[in-house]
Amino acid sequence: MNYIFIFLILISIFAAFFTGSIENLINEALNASKKAVEIAFSLIGIMGFWLGIVNIAKKSGLMNKISKIIEKPILYIFPDLKSNPEAQNNIALNISANALGLANAATPFGIKAMEAMQEQNKNKKRATNSMCTFLAINTAGFQIVPAVVIAILSANGAKNPTEIILPTFIVTLCSFFVAMFFAKILERFFE
Amino acid sequence: MINFLNNVSILILPLIITAILSYAIYKKTPAYEVFVDGAKEGFTLAVKIIPYLIAIMVCTAMLRASGVIGIIENWLGPFLTHFKIPTQTTLIMLTRSLSGSATLGVLADIINQTGVDSYATKLAAVITGSSETTFYVASVYFGAVGIKKFRHALLAGILADITGLILAVFVCSKFFL
Repeated sequence: MNYIFIFLILISIFAAFFTGSIENLINEALNASKKAVEIAFSLIGIMGFWLGIVNIAKKSGLMNKISKIIEKPILYIFPDLKSNPEAQNNIALNISANALGLANAATPFGIKAMEAMQEQNKNKKRATNSMCTFLAINTAGFQIVPAVVIAILSANGAKNPTEIILPTFIVTLCSFFVAMFFAKILERFFE
Repeated sequence: MINFLNNVSILILPLIITAILSYAIYKKTPAYEVFVDGAKEGFTLAVKIIPYLIAIMVCTAMLRASGVIGIIENWLGPFLTHFKIPTQTTLIMLTRSLSGSATLGVLADIINQTGVDSYATKLAAVITGSSETTFYVASVYFGAVGIKKFRHALLAGILADITGLILAVFVCSKFFL
């Protein structure tokens, strides 16, 4: 990331010399930094509202209840976690938190799930099949409420910011299964 | 059909909120206090992404002002228009597997360039919503437990990412074009 960052800025300055837009370049850079702060601040209200609502789901025990329901299907995806209830539970919580657009709240559950799987791992340096499958479906990013994206659209005055919910849901549900499929196939070919 | 599906999108949030609040009544959760407590995090979250947004938005603004992005978009233009992909979404397809905050920055840039209700913005929004940053998640999760041998985890994640991108283009063209 460090080299990419340096490379992108230097190449812009270099290219701007050739196209004669060096003055414009700095103006645009300064404008963009101002705009970045405006965007971040415009997110506070909407994200606050959503995090408040979801906190109710967390504290009332609704989220735990939902993850109890999805624990059963999880066993189909991760057959070797039968004797590892802690991993199952944390995977379920991770998926439910991600689905509600709470990437920050999901990460601790994900790490706890990894730790629980690591305990039963014989070779501590090598990822197990379940770990790889979990990582793959996690990066597929199953979403019911893409909260931050809706917040950005709404803060910019979109007519209908929630209309992206269903398309996003369909796309991520499909990539969820695709990730699972690839993980299951590929696990045979990687030592 | 699409009209009906769009209404489903609009109804999902109110339904989820109603379900959450009804359950809170049933469980006698102090909803107001819990809400306020959770809402505090909105500020922390927004402040936390500021430095990343600045870095990425300045980078993209410089790349755009210098004409570099224009050159890349011209190269890929014919290929992209063939699949009805707005050229402005080129960059976001590349950043989505690398960095979540970078992707947000690029989304904001697309909104600036094309307007918030444009097709490019809607496609970019779905791409952003459906991306979890493969490399970041891998390094955080595996790093936390000291796994050195990732095996097929990254490859499976990236294959799913690519499928997600193709699907996003297809689904958005059905919904929003």
